[in-house]
Amino acid sequence: MKMLEMKNIRKSFGEHEVLKDISVSVGSGEIVSIIGPSGSGKTTLLRIATALETLDSGTVQYAPDAHFGLVFQQFNLFPHMSCLQNVTDAPIHVLKKTKEEAEEQAMKLLKRMGLEGKEKLYPYQLSGGQQQRVAIARALATDPDILFFDEPTSALDPELTAEVLKVIKSLADLHIAMVIVTHEMAFARDISDRVIFMDQGMIALEGTPDQVFDSDSERAVAFLGRYNNI
Amino acid sequence: MTLGTMILKMGEGMGKTCAIFFLTLLFSLPLGMLVAFLRMSKNKVISAITRFIISVLRGTPLMLQLLAVTYGPYYIFGATVSRNKLIPVVIAFSINYAAYFAEIYRGGIESMSPGQYEAAKILGYSKGQTFLRIILPQVFKRILPSITNEVVTLVKDTSIAFTVSYQEMFTIGKQIANSQTSFVPFIVAGVFYFAFNAIVDFIMGRVEKKLDYYK
Repeated sequence: MKMLEMKNIRKSFGEHEVLKDISVSVGSGEIVSIIGPSGSGKTTLLRIATALETLDSGTVQYAPDAHFGLVFQQFNLFPHMSCLQNVTDAPIHVLKKTKEEAEEQAMKLLKRMGLEGKEKLYPYQLSGGQQQRVAIARALATDPDILFFDEPTSALDPELTAEVLKVIKSLADLHIAMVIVTHEMAFARDISDRVIFMDQGMIALEGTPDQVFDSDSERAVAFLGRYNNI
Repeated sequence: MTLGTMILKMGEGMGKTCAIFFLTLLFSLPLGMLVAFLRMSKNKVISAITRFIISVLRGTPLMLQLLAVTYGPYYIFGATVSRNKLIPVVIAFSINYAAYFAEIYRGGIESMSPGQYEAAKILGYSKGQTFLRIILPQVFKRILPSITNEVVTLVKDTSIAFTVSYQEMFTIGKQIANSQTSFVPFIVAGVFYFAFNAIVDFIMGRVEKKLDYYK
């Protein structure tokens, strides 16, 4: 069953056409990475999928009763709330869980994120990598069926990037569908069931990680070559 | 007249000074929020009208506004001027201060990063919840120093009530100064305002400190 079905999405900002008739679908529990150069429309696609951006034409359809979550590049934690409150506030006030229930779940999630003992700290007291892991816990606390990541490590130093990628990878056993916009090619190749290579508002290549990363298409070689050489 | 008698007589007006101060804050702080929302309204007409009213309230002297509220009804409708001047004083002060507070609120609200709204939206918060749980607490902390500024000014502005002969502390002091040809009542008034503001500073400092738990 498809968790998300986006069909014929078009989007322009003024004169600039960012998405040119793109169709993407994500299956239940599937892990999809979206890669491609800056300005290729990856983030816009994600923002349309999560209704943060309107679309000019096309359709976005989720499976019935499917919930989504989103992890931002800039974390967007609530600075006036402790880590624990960041994770429990929406479950308590939106999903109407009891405080005990929400806190029990939050403690588990924070532990899973390697943040045991940090529950009472405020975001400013944490490193960027720790903040992003709180943000992932916060997203998971709303029990999403599909979780989007918008360049989750782009605001982080290289050593902090690794810890966040490790945590994302560890989520695979939750069998939540994940859509990850990323510039971390090795990570995308490693974690994904499917890779979408976007270029100039279109899908240039799509397939298994091997199909995309070993492609001899000119555009992919030009883009991926830069990464493969690093 | 001895200094003691002067202080006692002026002391009778201090209650009224405090009444202006507290009633003005009571009405202008929430009214300012309403005005801020009108000012940020997506309806361009509402927003433009509100902007104009704010600019008039900030661009003309409070003294003039106080005279207009107190005697305007008499000149326009022939209405009798109320003997209890506290009402027009509090109305004029509240409206004037609401205009200032509205701009402070607006500045605070607009300085919030869009990411906070987006995170709240994704997590399923309603607009009201987003404002009350996410935005307002952060705005409050951010604008507190500006609010303190206005509150300190308000303490001193209460003396403007002398314009309509409301018998608050400064008005009485001025009357004594005239009848006794003495400058001492003004010194007493100065010490009073300074002490009042020392208390305001202390309290607001405590509140700021209490909000220091996050950045």
